[in-house]
Parts: sequence; C-alpha cells; structure tokens
Amino acid sequence: LQNTDIISTVEFNHSGELLATGDKGGRVVIFQQEQENKIQSHSRGEYNVYSTFQSHEPEFDYLKSLEIEEKINKIRWLPQKNAAQFLLSTNDKTIKLWKISERDKRPEGYNLKEEDGRYRDPTTVTTLRVPVFRPMDLMVEASPRRIFANAHTYHINSISINSDYETYLSADDLRINLWHLEITDRSFNIVDIKPANMEELTEVITAAEFHPNSCNTFVYSSSKGTIRLCDMRASALCDRHSKLFEEPEDPSNRSFFSEIISSISDVKFSHSGRYMMTRDYLSVKIWDLNMENRPVETYQVHEYLRSKLCSLYENDCIFDKFECCWNGSDSVVMTGSYNNFFRMFDRNTKRDITLEASRENNKPRTVLKPRKVCASGKRKKDEISVDSLDFNKKILHTAWHPKENIIAVATTNNLYIFQDKVN
Amino acid sequence: MFARGLKRKCADHEEDMGGALAGFRAVPSYSLQRQSLLDMSLVKLQLCHMLVEPNLCRSVLIANTVRQIQEEMTQDGTWRVAAPQSTGRAPLDRLVSTEILCRSMREQDGVHPAPGMGDDHVLGPGSELSTVTSAQTPRDPQNSVWEMDSPRENRGNFQKSLDQIFETLETRNPSSAEELFSDMDSSYYDLDTVLTGVVSRAEPGPCDGLQGLPPVATPASSSSCKSDLGELDHVMEILVET
Repeated sequence: LQNTDIISTVEFNHSGELLATGDKGGRVVIFQQEQENKIQSHSRGEYNVYSTFQSHEPEFDYLKSLEIEEKINKIRWLPQKNAAQFLLSTNDKTIKLWKISERDKRPEGYNLKEEDGRYRDPTTVTTLRVPVFRPMDLMVEASPRRIFANAHTYHINSISINSDYETYLSADDLRINLWHLEITDRSFNIVDIKPANMEELTEVITAAEFHPNSCNTFVYSSSKGTIRLCDMRASALCDRHSKLFEEPEDPSNRSFFSEIISSISDVKFSHSGRYMMTRDYLSVKIWDLNMENRPVETYQVHEYLRSKLCSLYENDCIFDKFECCWNGSDSVVMTGSYNNFFRMFDRNTKRDITLEASRENNKPRTVLKPRKVCASGKRKKDEISVDSLDFNKKILHTAWHPKENIIAVATTNNLYIFQDKVN
Repeated sequence: MFARGLKRKCADHEEDMGGALAGFRAVPSYSLQRQSLLDMSLVKLQLCHMLVEPNLCRSVLIANTVRQIQEEMTQDGTWRVAAPQSTGRAPLDRLVSTEILCRSMREQDGVHPAPGMGDDHVLGPGSELSTVTSAQTPRDPQNSVWEMDSPRENRGNFQKSLDQIFETLETRNPSSAEELFSDMDSSYYDLDTVLTGVVSRAEPGPCDGLQGLPPVATPASSSSCKSDLGELDHVMEILVET
C-alpha cells in the first residue's frame, strides 16, 4: 500500500466530463467520461484515465530546514474557453496553472525532414509539397503555464476561482491572497489574521471560497466554527467582515472538546449562491446568507461519535478534515465518514442515507445497500456497532457531478464512481 | 457546575459495564480525568515539535484545550499561581517535562495502574478506539498527589510547551541561531530568549522540545531565572485574565 497513492482531492470540471484527483505523491490523474452512445442510452459513459502528470515535487525550504510536501491539497478547474482545459493545483506552498490539451493529428509530408525528424539530403529534394495533418493516436499533454509561488508562509488549505474567471484566491492558516491568473510575481493580501504576537494565536483560517456569482464576495471559515463573509469593495484589506455567521453553543453539549468539534473543515456555496454549507466534525450545516445567527438546516453525520470524543482526540481522528459537496440542483448534500461510509442528505424530503464504498461489498453495477450504525443497545441484523467501525478507513473527499447524479468518492487509496440507476 | 462531557460520559457508561469490572474500577474523579486530558494534550504539543511541519490548526486547537483546562483549574483553585523563586527553578522545570513524558513509560513497565481512566469506561473492553499512547496510561494516585503539590512545575511546563509551539511556527526547527533571526517578529524572539535563557540551541535530537529548555542554572544565570519567572507570571496573567 503506497503512501503516495493516498488521494487528497477530487474535483469534477464544469461540464462533468472530466474528473481530476490529486494524491499525496504530487500527481494529478484526470478521468474522462466516455461519450454516451446516443442510440443506447442505458448507461452513462464510464470514466477512464485521460491524463496523468506530476504536478508538484517535494521541495526543501533551506531557510527553515523543512521539507515541503508535494501532496496536492486542492484542484480547481477553470471554465473551458477553448479546446484546452485548465486547472489550478496546489500543495502547501505553491499553486500551479496547468494546461491540458489534446493532440490527435500531426503534420506529415515535410519537405526537408524525414518522418522521423532526420533532415533529408537537400540534393534529393525534387518536389515541393505542403505538409498535411493526418490523424494519430490521441495524446493528452499537460504543461504548466503559470507557477504562483512564494506568497504563503503557512500551509495553503484552499483555492477558489472567482466568477470573473480572471482572479482567484488562495488561503493558508492565517492569510488569504488574491491573484490574477496571468500574473505570477504579485499577489494581494486580502485577509490577514496573524496576531502581532504569535502567542496570542487562538484561531486559524480553515477554508475559503469565492461566491459563485458575486465577484466581490468571498467567505472564509475558522477553527472556532465561524464563517466570515467579506466584500472586497469595502476595503483593500478585508479584515473586517461584512457578515459573521456563528451558531451559539449548546450549553448542554459543552465539553473540553466543544471547540475542536466546532472547527469547520470545509465551506461550499450552493450553485445558486443563496446558501452555503459548512462541515464540522459531527455535522453539516446549511446557512442562508441572509441569516447570520444560526444555520437554516443541520444534519448529523455521525452523532454516535459524540460520546467517543476523548478517544478520537487521543488517536487524532478528531482533527480529520472532512469535505462536503452539493448536487447540481442543490437539493442533496453529501459528506464522508469513517469505515468508508459516506452520507447523503436530501434537503427536500429530509431523508438521509448511509452508503459504503468498498470493493468487497459491491461489485460493479450492483445497487449499493444502505448501511446503518448502531449507537448503543441491541444491535439489529445488518447494523454495525460503533466499536467495530474502522477509523483508518475515512472518506474525506467527495465530489458530485455538476449536472447528473454521478458521484466520486475517495477512500484512502481508491476512487469510487457511483451513478444512480438509469431506467 | 461540572457540566462537562468527560464527567457525563463516565456516568452514562457505568451501567454498561459488567459487574466484574465495576468492582475493580472505581469511577476516576473528574479532576483525574481532566488532569489526564491535560497531560495528553501537553504530550501532543511536545510531539508537534518533533514533527517536520507542525499542523498549525491542530496545534492551535490543542493549545486552546490546554488553556481551557488551565482556566478551569485556576477557578477551582487547583492551579495555584506561586511566587517566583530563585535558582533551582530552571532545572526543575526541565525535570518536569521529562517527567511527564517518561512517567507513563515507567508505568507501562510495571507500576500498578490506578483506577481506569474515563476513556476505558467510554468504550468498554476490546474497543478498537483505545489506542494506547503514553499519556493515556492510568496514573498512580501518588503521582497525582505530586501533580497537585507542584502546579508551578505544571504551569512552567505548560507555558513552555505553548511558547515552543508558537516559536516553532516562526522558527520551525530551532536548531540554529540563524533561524531565530529569519522571518520573525523581533518581539517574539525577545520573549523566546527571556524564557529559555539561550540564544542558540544545542544540536537537535529526538526530544527537541525538551532541549529547548534552559540548561542547569549557574550562579551567573540566577538573576535571569528570576526575570524568567517574572515574565512567566506576566504571561500567565494574560492567559488567566486575572
């Protein structure tokens, strides 16, 4: 089991045709959906490997005597403007813009060169001809077009492309920077929460995202369970938030672990831009951007873990950062859990389901069986007790196709792609 | 008053335990559980320094937990703020942190464990969640008395741990004087030298966090120790908000 194969990020592109994964070894693997057979639309196309490339290499920071991990923390796709595809990938310190382009033709019939590239003897050239393009086996090339480096002292946790498609933000533990996609030698610091005296540090930035429609609005979440919405028109340095989203603590649930489990691990706007979703250790919350004092919906992901927090603190699982995602119509949200379980919550019907991503239980094309965890008391048949959950099998990264009911779920080493049954 | 998860957890799972076990394990007191959590957290913070790149979010969350415990212990009166002393303080502080890390290892070797920790109650026997770490080993009541008697050492160790975390954030691997000067607020550097009394570190070893502590006090450094403690008290006041 290779450590470097651990999947660290999963992301569909804007059409859903491409699915990118990043791993701990700094590689990006892109899958492409087979084009549907229009006549027989029984099943949607399968995803096959389209391109693989090494995005980041391990580096060494000589000044601090530290190795910089090559692990890909996030991938974000740019909307497609021409034949080529572009994505941003980032490790802890450096963001790179990659161009992925196809080559399926090549010119043949040069005058001065042989087909293999050797130059012809000029005396043998008797005719003049124009090279023509002939088909060749498809080649997918990835080339780095921009490298955005040296702007982050702390570890980058998020990147988000603005709806103007010209700028993007990158966030580390204490700062958020604004970049122009064309300019690599300059970035603007728009949020800085580093205290003058590091001893006073009690809160860090955990995630950040641009609003899908308003190019001047972004949010960032913190380790204390707050979300701040900022408007870049207000001032150059957005240290003062426009809105602060925070739910008052439930005093009956208070413990020494309250703050840790309130730390937000992911924040995602809905496609509509009206709502945003946050993931903390035990729950998923949906916020209406117009209401700051509490979320409009809360879904318990694995409430049965609340009584195990001390153990989860001891084995560090309490610091696991789970991501969450919306479906295309914003009606269902999904997030991962332990034991290779992942959960989906239907916002309209208020129904939820727990499914498992594992090879032994599911053959291809079989329907997934809903799972249930038994918190206490008598365990029913087919239920799993909390104590038998495998906490090493965690699903931190999930993604939902922007248009169809196809989901990508990453276990530690494997990527699972599920789709709902057609016909 | 003690509306804390730790205590409730223990009470909830009392019923779950078999009769045989209940006879052996008395419910550990809330303060024992809290102390255990404090120890575990301090160990986690120390371990942070040994890692190549400490995860800042994790460090901050653990440090906040330690502060919470310390605040509560101060309110209880179990965390006494002692007057500064002269020489001899520095080496004792160093002994304390070694003690905390080594104590549980010693206990694993053969000291009879005290009534089980709250965590065992939570999970019941044979749970996959109970990974044994050194800090989680049950502690002897005699040791806890030692803890109660010397909160100052605890505080010193706690304070140094917190400082070391944030120091490493700036200086990363404190293995050369050069690094202390790079990319750092000078005010922070000053606090660092005041608290530890050294400018450059010895060669880094596996217990980097421990080596960051001041060397054995010499007569020349006795006055600096005094000012160390004065500074310590000042910082503690900020934390405790007295």
